[in-house]
Amino acid sequence: MNFRAVGTIYHFELARAWRTLLQSLVSPVISTSLYFVVFGAAIGSRIQEVEGVSYGAFIVPGLVMLMLLTQSVSNASFGIFFPKFTGTIYEVLSAPVSYLEIVLGYVGAAATKSLILGFIILATASFFVPLRIDHPVWMVLFLALTAITFSLLGFIIGIWAEGFEKLQIVPLLIITPLTFLGGSFYSIDMLPPVWQTVTLFNPVVYLVSGFRWSFYGISDVSVGASLLMILIFLGLCLALVGWIFKTGYNIKP
Amino acid sequence: MSHDTADATATDTRPAARAHTLQATPSVIDVRGLTKRYASGFEALKRIDLDIQRGEIFALLGPNGAGKTTLISIICGLVNASDGQVRVNDHDIVTDYRAARKQIGLVPQELTSDAFATVWNTVSFSRGLFGKRADAAHIERVLRSLSLWDKRRNKMITLSGGMKRRVLIAKALAHEPQVLFLDEPTAGVDVELRRDMWDVVRSLRDQGVTVILTTHYIEEAEEMADRIGVINDGEIVLVEEKAALMRQLGRKRLRLDLQTPLAAIPETLAHYPLSLADDGHVLVYTYAASSDEHSTPASISALLNDIEAAGVRFKDLHTEQSSLEEIFVNLVRKDA
Repeated sequence: MNFRAVGTIYHFELARAWRTLLQSLVSPVISTSLYFVVFGAAIGSRIQEVEGVSYGAFIVPGLVMLMLLTQSVSNASFGIFFPKFTGTIYEVLSAPVSYLEIVLGYVGAAATKSLILGFIILATASFFVPLRIDHPVWMVLFLALTAITFSLLGFIIGIWAEGFEKLQIVPLLIITPLTFLGGSFYSIDMLPPVWQTVTLFNPVVYLVSGFRWSFYGISDVSVGASLLMILIFLGLCLALVGWIFKTGYNIKP
Repeated sequence: MSHDTADATATDTRPAARAHTLQATPSVIDVRGLTKRYASGFEALKRIDLDIQRGEIFALLGPNGAGKTTLISIICGLVNASDGQVRVNDHDIVTDYRAARKQIGLVPQELTSDAFATVWNTVSFSRGLFGKRADAAHIERVLRSLSLWDKRRNKMITLSGGMKRRVLIAKALAHEPQVLFLDEPTAGVDVELRRDMWDVVRSLRDQGVTVILTTHYIEEAEEMADRIGVINDGEIVLVEEKAALMRQLGRKRLRLDLQTPLAAIPETLAHYPLSLADDGHVLVYTYAASSDEHSTPASISALLNDIEAAGVRFKDLHTEQSSLEEIFVNLVRKDA
């Protein structure tokens, strides 16, 4: 294992986030704060408690997940798309590093960035609403697993994308709608029965539900189902990354 | 022209002497039956065999699209081969890719760089990527040797094209490679910088680094290379010691357009290296240009006197010298 190379990619990628601090960290914090103002304060004051939790506090796990998913995907996809786009990828491909090491470096850095961001958003949220975390270890586990899984997905998108348009299309057309419809802002009990069933096909429901359980002990689906779902998704992403490197798809003709 | 010839002659002695020792050393890169077929069916490389000897400067010449970059890209790990084998210092580039790639530094043709990273950071990144321990002293040596030390804190985006090219060389040298690939190193570089770069490459060779450069500047190959390979249409059409090529290069021809065609060369002129061309309309005298510099004019006047005495009349005369470019163009055209 070429740990030094993994560390080099990892630090270089984190340094990029540091250089683009405003875009990487400040802007997600600002947009989350806006969600709190709109949903938490303005609308939330007119909504009663959801399963014994104030609406403002109820949406915190969903909001963190929303940011975590979109930021993991965009960080990781940009991280690998950019060297592909500028051509600097030649260096990584010609270096004595394995595919696993390349993935560890890029995906590790992207996941770290979104984790840091997740904690910053939690800290921001605590300014607006009283936070309670019943199962902190599970909370961190869900956070980490989600960050890693969606950074892997971002990595796949970054390899697949041949232009900026494709880079944006998955986050915009798939991730964001799935997250908004994944129970970030409501409990699925609030939906009509038909839509409750449809919603169960949305993988994000399981992530948000499990994550919310680690805060307040309430969930739409069982915690085991949430964990299983995220592990299945992680496995799928890993298999796809493995296939990409085995075939050289879009990276090594 | 005479200046160039003098230059070439001066540098010739070194490769000629080196050529002898090179033959005894095992090849540092061993390419066997290398083929690259794209999904479209296009064959970019057709069963290439090539040996690069340790410590030499090897110039790979070829027109655009000949397969130069594809060949380099496969050896360096950027492109998968369809068939064949490459060994670098006896390490297979597929089964033993780590050991193989550790030996290699690559300077790509395109000026690619992380625009917002500083020179120091991007060069240090390259060293780390190859698994080498951070070594500020080595990075400093590399930067100084490429006149980049003053620019070490500059962001890549602020550098000129020539400076970026130097940084790419510094990146390739950051992990102390045994073999350096330079893909069109002086494309779009001004004359002065080109001379600087040639000096850098020579000093690397003197430190024992094997250098493989692709170019379509004939002048560059003449100036730098110990051996020259010509690739065209995915095939190696020639690999030759530069010294041997230069001997061919040095041949001059005196062509006499005759008033009446000759069926055979007259007896009295038999001791001259003469031949007939164009159905006896042209008499050709071939002689070595550079080595017989002093005797040539005398022999030409003697020849002209003897031709006059033999009763051969000519209406025009001119001399021509084959250049590497001409040899190259002929090779490429023949194959096209």
